[in-house]
Amino acid sequence: MNRNSVLAAAFVGLALATGGVTSAFADPVDDKLVIDGVEMTTKTKAPEGHPFDEVLSGWLFREAETRATEADSFANPGMLAVERGAEIWNAVDGTAGKSCASCHNDAAETMKGIGANYPKWDEASKKPINIELQIDKCRTENMGAEAYKFDAPDQVALATYIKHQSLGVPVKLDLAAGDMQSWWDKGKETYYTRTGQLNFACASCHEASMGKYIRADHLSQGQANGFPTYRFNTGGMVSLHNRFRGCIRDTRAEFPKAFSDELMALEVYVTWRGTGLSVETPAVRQ
Amino acid sequence: MAATPKPRVKVPKTAKAGEVIVLKTLISHEMESGQRKDKEGKVIPRKIINKFTCELNGQLVFSADIDPAISANPYLEFSARVPESGTFKFTWVDDDGSIYTDEQKIEVR
Amino acid sequence: MEDRMTLTRRRVLALTAGFAAVPALQLLSGVAHAAAEDTTKLIADFTGGKEPQSGKIKLTAPEIAENGNTVPVSVSVDSKMADGDMVQSVMLVAEGNPRPEVVTFHFTALSGAAAATTRMRLAKTQSVIALAKMADGSVYMDKKEVKVTIGGCGG
Repeated sequence: MNRNSVLAAAFVGLALATGGVTSAFADPVDDKLVIDGVEMTTKTKAPEGHPFDEVLSGWLFREAETRATEADSFANPGMLAVERGAEIWNAVDGTAGKSCASCHNDAAETMKGIGANYPKWDEASKKPINIELQIDKCRTENMGAEAYKFDAPDQVALATYIKHQSLGVPVKLDLAAGDMQSWWDKGKETYYTRTGQLNFACASCHEASMGKYIRADHLSQGQANGFPTYRFNTGGMVSLHNRFRGCIRDTRAEFPKAFSDELMALEVYVTWRGTGLSVETPAVRQ
Repeated sequence: MAATPKPRVKVPKTAKAGEVIVLKTLISHEMESGQRKDKEGKVIPRKIINKFTCELNGQLVFSADIDPAISANPYLEFSARVPESGTFKFTWVDDDGSIYTDEQKIEVR
Repeated sequence: MEDRMTLTRRRVLALTAGFAAVPALQLLSGVAHAAAEDTTKLIADFTGGKEPQSGKIKLTAPEIAENGNTVPVSVSVDSKMADGDMVQSVMLVAEGNPRPEVVTFHFTALSGAAAATTRMRLAKTQSVIALAKMADGSVYMDKKEVKVTIGGCGG
């Protein structure tokens, strides 16, 4: 009895030691994601210099019920955040007495497709800027409002709303702008650097083990095209930097601050890895 | 998500007299189950939507007594037979006594 | 030989402790499952002591729930919902949850159909039970086992 349990534990230990994944593998599903009559690109040829031949949306790695929830724009709980974001968009905030709408009018027009090109190069700060930081920039410089605290529910809702105006639009970054290329290089280095007590890099799971099962999770390519995402796990919206920090924390490493140089560089690189996939915000994941 | 629970309903705009239609409803709400503990090990008190009702022209169509095992952002889908034009009224009751409502008109053609 | 085994087992414990440190599914922290008596009493209160029969009610639930926090479930009862053939209520029970009660749907003549869909929380792999109480007091039952999986480094 004792010997059997020790043997079993040893097997698990070995499995975990060799990277935490068993040899169970499954192809992603062959299924079409159609939201309100618009077909999303969930599978496409990878850009030049990409380690994969094909980039795949995380949607393809989820169970049927999860996929169906994203496809139904009413049942998708992330759409509650989109509605909240619309409220914020139209609400006056700050000393200048303006709302987002005061300058940007109807988001469905002015923000259409914008989210698919973020992060962008920001000349003023000489760094890449993402949607969340762009919102803060507008608030502080144009509205006389305070920047949001990281992951403030209003920040997540507004970012979701803005990104959602790019639903279906293929992700495409401009790496030629400013110094984006060197930030891409830094992000790539982070992506492949092992970290933490578990000694995992992003690539350990999302490249080397893509398609394998880690316990019962079907490992995806770890794409960014659906963020902010509604996660069943937390029963709420999850931002990209929240997810980065969570993943890194789960390798049992210290995790970088949100919007730090390290995570901004990682966002540039990870977003690039999904070039060509449709923006799915708000995606639904486990 | 929203600080104040926000309802969202999907109801067809028209129906034939006597037709049975499907209604879908969502409300943003954490549905704190009362099972979780905070960092200090104290139980986080329960706070859920505990009741949902749907009326058509003041008559009860469907209701649900909801327990903490219903997921966050509770989703309810059900049917209604529509005898005549009118207004659907939806009500969600929170443990703390708050009541959230939404309304949707329907036209019988 | 024994030393190596012990060492590996310690490593396993250390590594699995890492998984435990990950914020667990809300319902998994310190979960006990519903006492069998709770479930029995809940069902008896609903049925009024009547023995549930099989048939008429259909419970739809996934075989494998990707995440126990959000499991879509549907019930549907074969009933005209008119002329005395009426469903009064349908109750869902999760016998493996800390508390077995989930939701009770109440239908009327205006319901049109005795059917409803919702999303529920399952603390672990278990059977979900659906009970339909008809206007004439008869009770029908359906039961589905749902496997609840644990993710990897869910974060």
